[in-house]
Amino acid sequence: MLQTLKKHRFLLEELVRRDFDRKYKGSFFGAAWSVLNPLMTLLIMRVVFGHFFGSTIEHYTTYLFCGTVVFSFFSESSAEGLMALMGNAHIFSKVNVPKYLFLLSKNTQTLINFAITLCVFFLFCAIDGIVFTWKFLALVYPIIMLLVFNLGVGFLLSAMYVFFRDMQYLWAIVTQLLLYVSAVFYSIDTFPVHVQNAFLLNPIYLFIRYFRKVVIDSAIPSFGVHVLMAVDTLVVLLLGIWIYRKYDTEFLYYI
Amino acid sequence: MPVLTCDHVSIRYKVGDFQNIGLKETIMRKIKGTYRVEEFWADRDITFSLERGDMLGIIGANGAGKSTLLKAVAGIMSPSGGKVEHEGNISALLELASGFDPDLSIRRNAYLRGAMLGYTRKFMDEKYDEIIDFAELRAFEERSFKQLSTGMQSRLAFSIASLVQPDILILDEVLSVGDGAFAEKSAAKMREILYSGATTILVSHSLDQVRELCNKVLWLHQGRQIDFGETNPICDRYQAFLHGEIKL
Repeated sequence: MLQTLKKHRFLLEELVRRDFDRKYKGSFFGAAWSVLNPLMTLLIMRVVFGHFFGSTIEHYTTYLFCGTVVFSFFSESSAEGLMALMGNAHIFSKVNVPKYLFLLSKNTQTLINFAITLCVFFLFCAIDGIVFTWKFLALVYPIIMLLVFNLGVGFLLSAMYVFFRDMQYLWAIVTQLLLYVSAVFYSIDTFPVHVQNAFLLNPIYLFIRYFRKVVIDSAIPSFGVHVLMAVDTLVVLLLGIWIYRKYDTEFLYYI
Repeated sequence: MPVLTCDHVSIRYKVGDFQNIGLKETIMRKIKGTYRVEEFWADRDITFSLERGDMLGIIGANGAGKSTLLKAVAGIMSPSGGKVEHEGNISALLELASGFDPDLSIRRNAYLRGAMLGYTRKFMDEKYDEIIDFAELRAFEERSFKQLSTGMQSRLAFSIASLVQPDILILDEVLSVGDGAFAEKSAAKMREILYSGATTILVSHSLDQVRELCNKVLWLHQGRQIDFGETNPICDRYQAFLHGEIKL
């Protein structure tokens, strides 16, 4: 796979440029939306939920931002990823190109958005009085894992979307549900222990929690968290690769 | 040593319930046991091989399985039976606008299409001017693809696919588009590619074109191979068949 990726680097670059041009074509703010969007989400949530949780959760703006930065990366990647195959069906039904390139292209774009948002995030941290320590370097781990996790989800969703067009609507609901069960804007500290443990089964919560632990508590999560995160990510990625391999020549029949 | 071999290639299409019925219907029909997937053989037992420099014309009525066979040769579909083997890089032009983005400029589209055909950026940088000049689209470079006429689009597509000396070039009814002058120019280009030693497959409904360009012909009818071999005898028989003088 890496070998073919090297061979198709030019195509990937061109696809990224195409997707980028397409996405912001005709919009006044263009690429600035990729920063404005998460900031708006943050602002709205800060205003709406600040009243309820702002006084009990320390550094609430940062706490919230940890949630939205992770969540928006995930939701954007998965929503874009969902369309990766169907949106390019006119290409792969006529030209012999590796299909995963379309997904990589989408994810490259969302990764860039994420990187920009992350810069704004650190700026907000500084304003919120967060002390930057060497432990921030640990954030590399959840970021890489999340990137791979998103890829895996994208493989799964884009393949399933070819077979069932309902996926688009189903996934919108699942995303919304995930937003509420990932403790983006509330804290789970007051929940019973078994409920708190149940939250750990949600990979998105795990990523958000990792961010908060490092940024707000200036601590590195336990070894177990790392393992759990790696297992979640690998399972999703392997499932995704499996479905792509299995149905590689079948997608054609469904479009 | 053949450059391309199709060895008893059969291609099965799936048709039926699974398309566009959605999740609910799929589950309902599976429960009720009325879920049906039908198989349809677009090609059955096709066998031929091409040497370096061969130009194959594929003829046959609509629904003969010509385009499907090309998809298998180009690697877009995998044969359900038999195997396709080839040497060198394949440049396939299966449909005029395939791989082009209507909203992007000619320049960006040329690069995108070039990338899909497996060229490198360096190569495209070198060849880009040649491509545009050959397609006679210099004045339209920054226009978006959808603003071009169909003939111009086909000129661009043909220029990109042909100007790069592929080992195997596949053309599916794309030569017939374009005005008279360009049709002549592209035919000349085809001959040039041929003489350079490339192997070409051409699907065409123009028997004159096939007779003029091709040295081998494959005749398909409803997915079956009627004949493969020398151009003129097969074209004569095909013509007789079209006039109703022969029954298959």
